[in-house]
Amino acid sequence: MWTWMVSGPQSALDPGGPHASSIATLSWIMFAGGGVIFLIVMLLLGWALVVPGRRSAWLSNIYVVVVGGIAFPIVTLSALLIYGLSIARTITAMPGEAPLEISVVGEQFWWRVHYLENGKPAFETANDIHIPVGQPVRLSLTTADVIHSFWVPSLAGKLDMIPGQTNVLTLKPDRLGVYRGQCAEFCGGAHALMAFDVVALAQDQFDAWRNGQSRAAREPTDPFLRRGKKLFLAAGCGSCHTVRGTSADGTIGPDLTHVGSRRSIAAGTLPNNRGTLGGWISGSQHLKPGNKMPPFDMLSGQDLLAVTSYLESLK
Amino acid sequence: MTDKMQHDPAMPLPNGSPRPEGEFERLKATWEPPRGISFVTVVNNTYVGLFYIGTAFLFFVLAGILAMIMRTQLAAPQGTLVSQETYNQLFTMHGTVMMFLFAVPAVEALGVYLLPNMQAARDLPFPRLSAYAFWAYFFGGLAFFCTIFVGLAPDAGWFIYPPLSSSEYSPGINIDFWLLGIGFIEISAIAGAIEIIVGVLKTRAPGMSLDKMPVYSWAMLVFAGLIVFAFPAIILGTALLELERAFGWPFFIAEKGGSPLLWQHLFWFFGHPEVYIIFLPAAGMVSMIVPTIAQAPLVAYRLVVLAIIATGFISFGVWVHHMFTTGIPQLSLSFFSAASMAVSVPSGIQVFAWIATMASGRVRLTTPALFIIGFLFIFTLGGLTGVMVGMVPFDWQAHDTYFIVAHFHYVLIGGMVFPLFAAFYYWIPQASRTRLSERVGRWVFGLMFAGVNITFFPMHITGLIGMPRRVYTYPAGFGWDALNFVSTLGAFIIAAGVALFIFDLLRRFRAGEGNAGNVWGGGTLEWLPSGNYANRSIPRVTTRYPLWEQPGLADDVAAGRFYLPDNPTGGRETIVTSPLHAEPQYVVQMPGPSWATLLAAFFTAAFFLLLTVKLVTPALACGVIAVAMVLWWLWDTDPGPTHPPVDIGGGIRLPVYATGPVSHAWWAMVVLMLVGGTLFACLLFSYVFLWVTNPSFWPAADALPPIGWPVLAAAFYAASSIAIATASRLLGRGPGRSVAAFNLVLFAAMPLLIAAFTTDLWAHWQTGLRAPKSGYAAAVYMIVGLQGFYTGVLSIMLAYTLARSLTGRLNAVRRSTFDNTMLLWHFGVAQGLAGLAIVTLFPRLVGSG
Repeated sequence: MWTWMVSGPQSALDPGGPHASSIATLSWIMFAGGGVIFLIVMLLLGWALVVPGRRSAWLSNIYVVVVGGIAFPIVTLSALLIYGLSIARTITAMPGEAPLEISVVGEQFWWRVHYLENGKPAFETANDIHIPVGQPVRLSLTTADVIHSFWVPSLAGKLDMIPGQTNVLTLKPDRLGVYRGQCAEFCGGAHALMAFDVVALAQDQFDAWRNGQSRAAREPTDPFLRRGKKLFLAAGCGSCHTVRGTSADGTIGPDLTHVGSRRSIAAGTLPNNRGTLGGWISGSQHLKPGNKMPPFDMLSGQDLLAVTSYLESLK
Repeated sequence: MTDKMQHDPAMPLPNGSPRPEGEFERLKATWEPPRGISFVTVVNNTYVGLFYIGTAFLFFVLAGILAMIMRTQLAAPQGTLVSQETYNQLFTMHGTVMMFLFAVPAVEALGVYLLPNMQAARDLPFPRLSAYAFWAYFFGGLAFFCTIFVGLAPDAGWFIYPPLSSSEYSPGINIDFWLLGIGFIEISAIAGAIEIIVGVLKTRAPGMSLDKMPVYSWAMLVFAGLIVFAFPAIILGTALLELERAFGWPFFIAEKGGSPLLWQHLFWFFGHPEVYIIFLPAAGMVSMIVPTIAQAPLVAYRLVVLAIIATGFISFGVWVHHMFTTGIPQLSLSFFSAASMAVSVPSGIQVFAWIATMASGRVRLTTPALFIIGFLFIFTLGGLTGVMVGMVPFDWQAHDTYFIVAHFHYVLIGGMVFPLFAAFYYWIPQASRTRLSERVGRWVFGLMFAGVNITFFPMHITGLIGMPRRVYTYPAGFGWDALNFVSTLGAFIIAAGVALFIFDLLRRFRAGEGNAGNVWGGGTLEWLPSGNYANRSIPRVTTRYPLWEQPGLADDVAAGRFYLPDNPTGGRETIVTSPLHAEPQYVVQMPGPSWATLLAAFFTAAFFLLLTVKLVTPALACGVIAVAMVLWWLWDTDPGPTHPPVDIGGGIRLPVYATGPVSHAWWAMVVLMLVGGTLFACLLFSYVFLWVTNPSFWPAADALPPIGWPVLAAAFYAASSIAIATASRLLGRGPGRSVAAFNLVLFAAMPLLIAAFTTDLWAHWQTGLRAPKSGYAAAVYMIVGLQGFYTGVLSIMLAYTLARSLTGRLNAVRRSTFDNTMLLWHFGVAQGLAGLAIVTLFPRLVGSG
């Protein structure tokens, strides 16, 4: 009925997994209950205002205050509290089967993602998390600088990334689809433009994706792309960015080994294509003021096209 | 209604009439405000209250304009009205100004204006203190607001979480403006709290026992209690963050043994009671307005009072519900969720009591009544969403989204702004010669009610479908566009309502001689005929609604037939009464206007603001001048018994001076010690919290100062207290005492205290420990540093007391100044000993990390 209003890839009321589902159910129960209570209180107020004399005398009795203000709330709130705490316990419980382990580090203003194997990083990506449907995921959340908050509402509630501690969030997608997440703790300048994608795939598609991400960067054969790669390295991009299989091994900025496979760039700010890549490289401060990448506006039009074509080929 | 009734012959009146020739003229003359430019030095609560309310309303409008700019920016996705940087300053200032420069000052201002009137006192017990609190707020607040015009406004949100607000990630002075700018607000609030606690408990109309006290007085008492126990947490927090930013003391830096969560605990331990500081006075006002609009007494008075007190207590137990998403353990989550459920119960009691009262009477839909109804609608809705966000899993989705923005605007606008407007329409006839227009008032209400709901209701949805808080723009296509546009429309409707109100206010409000009278038929004492002197005589009350139930009261009061219709000492006086049964105890002589008060406030604000821009020498100079101004202002006070006991009427003879636990000055010092004690407790909490989160930074026993040092410091502390106690005994010997001996012993306490502090400081310094090294070191030096601050303050107080003694203004009877110094001295020594104990013993007991 009103699902058009509450559906979307970043909606807590359009759940794609059991944690978000249980919270959504709680939400609807509370909205319905709250709505009924609100209506009753307003009706009582209306009665007190409009109905004259004797017929409203019952409402001025102190027992109305005791029942309405003490007894009824204590009963309802206690029941609600127990229900809510039981959901919280279920959500934070350790998953039964072995979860997929991912670590996410909050940065100003992007997300550094490591897929772990036996507790150690197997490969790194950025702003882009792919997970298989039906398997629990265990995300270890930390920060490199200030407090951020990891929030993908369609799958789970949020959890903060706080210096000096590691917070663990578990979630599980039940439904194929692309879910969007966004930083939910003000982290300075471009906080509004710090988003990420969570893509829920079938198991075999996820395995294919993971194998692809584990490999080093595709070596280009086309001469235009090779020129792009040369310019990329010559311009010093490798001092901040890593492209595995090349000499670029900087870790200040996002890993670009498979940047061409991502849905968006600049942490969800722009779609991913040669045009936006070019705009970002030459003038990122215009697109996302306060982000940590300096502008590289010295490249000529053709050179920039070569570099962006090379990056686009890194699938 | 009752003004024309004949007084009840069964109750004899304290004084006969007609009153002697010239008595009323002398009373009026004493209370006349100063003329010409000196008018700004006025201290009478009526004028200070009006200035205060006006300034708070100005900040409401200014912060509202900031919100209008924000809403216009958000009306469509990818808006370009303001830059990202400007928007971040706008939302920070909107929140900070609304919470610190509007909401708390506004409810405090109404208390300054209304409380004495409601209790038939001629003024608050410390008139110069409330004037100081106002002017410090006025100068400092306006300067703080101007930072937005030069792009230096704080930009890390109104709760400025570190590490974002630490110097590494916020290198400019924007955050310093917040930290030092809020300093004078904290001073204002504490001063107000002292004033109100002493005012409510010690200056009521005779016969107004606790059970007959207006609900508003109860609400203000709890409000002041909340300030006393909650504000110290933020005072400490802002001090710690400023020390971290300025000197690198790493309280909140995880890598150096600090903790960002420490800030959150300190901030929210203040921050949650803060919202009840804002709401409870408004609820108190509603409990005064509803009986009048229904023309019936409040139903369940005792339950309502209990509910207000319960809210106050429980509000200290819920702060972690602002931190549900920080990764704290399940047990903590459960406790704080349960407490958050509990805190809503007392509010429910009050709502039903108000509905019951309206049912028991017959409500006329005047403008105040409309705003009360609007309040009930909006606040109830906000309270219900409050229960929702108190549920942990729901908060994990709603926290830091527009759902929360919707919730708190509903409870704050519904719970405070609507009662405020009801209060304006209700009490302006008491303050002004003409009342506001009822016709325009309906339009103001309609626009504001519609506007608030249109602006904020959609935000519940916007937040749950994914829009986080504090974003200067958002992408199209998530379903947020239309909702944001509707919210922006609503904001303009609210603005229209407020603008219409201001138009009518400028047209109608006329302060000065006379008022429009008891136009609503209220039953409580603020509706007695009044002037600058409050009431011509101070009545004895026998019921909760004296104007309804005590026949002829208004006439008798105005004719001077009740207590103290004159001013026998020739100055400004009111009756001090006992806290429980309000029986008269003494007549207090209160000081009048003085330039010292206003200058002290100006130089206090200047001190904080110059420190912010790092002009240290001018700042220190202003600080010294501010202290000098305070001492000059105090010099007129503590007059001693300048007059033999006076006859206030009804056979009651009262002294005009009191010392010891019965005196208002003693009570004020006790409240100040509670503030200081809470601050110290927060500091001890911080020390232990840093140990819990970073035990590896705690020293081994051999790195600590050898135990001889703290023992020596403790001995010096104890000796200084003994000196003060000895001086007290010497003073009490009366005329036979040796003044020289007293002066000497008194003076001796100062070098002993300074020696204690210096020993304490040197003990740590000589181990090589330096504050910037770690969170542990910073905590130790903060404990020592706080002692240093007290040492300085106490030394100044002692020198002042000595000056009083040397100029013959201190003796066995006239000893309030000495008593206050003595109280704070013993407190400072106790704090010093406690600090030594924890810093010396704790690391030895827990072993090294």
